[in-house]
Amino acid sequence: MKELSLHILDVAKNSVKAGAKNVEISVLTDKNGIMTLEIRDNGCGMSEETLRRVTDPFYTTRTTRKVGLGLPLLKLAAEQTGGGLSIESCTEKGKSGTVISATFDTKSIDCMPMGDIISTVTTLVSGSPEIDFVFKDVLQTECSEREVFLDTAEMRAVLGEGISLASVEVVAWLGEYLSEQYNNKNNE
Amino acid sequence: MNSIIIKITNNTEDFKMKSLAELAAIREKMQSKVVIREGESGIRVVVGMATCGIAAGARPVLNAFVQGVADKGLSGKVTVTQTGCIGICQYEPVVEIYEDGKEKVTYVKLDAAKAAEIVEKHLVGGNVVDEYTIGSTK
Repeated sequence: MKELSLHILDVAKNSVKAGAKNVEISVLTDKNGIMTLEIRDNGCGMSEETLRRVTDPFYTTRTTRKVGLGLPLLKLAAEQTGGGLSIESCTEKGKSGTVISATFDTKSIDCMPMGDIISTVTTLVSGSPEIDFVFKDVLQTECSEREVFLDTAEMRAVLGEGISLASVEVVAWLGEYLSEQYNNKNNE
Repeated sequence: MNSIIIKITNNTEDFKMKSLAELAAIREKMQSKVVIREGESGIRVVVGMATCGIAAGARPVLNAFVQGVADKGLSGKVTVTQTGCIGICQYEPVVEIYEDGKEKVTYVKLDAAKAAEIVEKHLVGGNVVDEYTIGSTK
């Protein structure tokens, strides 16, 4: 992958496959340039055995192929900046879910750019309109903090049940809503 | 200092209220439009979006189909959906097009430009773009 936003898209798709009803994606970059990416879901979770093997590129639960590259590639992307990947998961009914947490040093020359995160979010939301996504991207600098926030539950509250979050007009609105937040200059 | 922070918060709240109001306006507009219901014939465009697809460039292909369908006014006739690994990773980005009464068409090794061409020639014009299908690669 050439962008961190593509890794986010890829790993969040795992959450969808795990039957999650809620997926939370948070990106926090502190004033030292350390970025912590967290993808949290309430899907079926992974057993201890699966957790042990999940960063092995030759391990997958899919049947259409023999490799599972998503998490190994994310781990590599994090580690090549001096960061790392950690995964917590629980399969207990009622409490099941997974938290993928990756840290990156964005000042490292080997840190890939975030890239088109807005496309990643619109792709996820439109691909799984029945799931509640919460997305938060916080950038801290010496003198300010910029936060971009989305909760699809708020969108659903406005649209009602009859209109899909995958419909073209809604996806276009979502792209603009995120874009305006990224472009908003909070330094008045 | 405190008054500046409060002003920023109010601006954020104002922006959000305005944006959600725009979303409500979309709801009003859409409630009067006819959309494809379950069981009605239409065209389904299915874009492979597993790790293989994403790494090969499926996200811009998906965006191109969504944008193309919107621009050509096809959203009453065409739905664009995503799927997981189809099992032909070396051919990604892969898009399958399903239409009632017609054979499935599998397009391979797409990019945004080819996707736009497929919207024009296949979805609008009704003609399969043979050179981008899986049959043409073998």
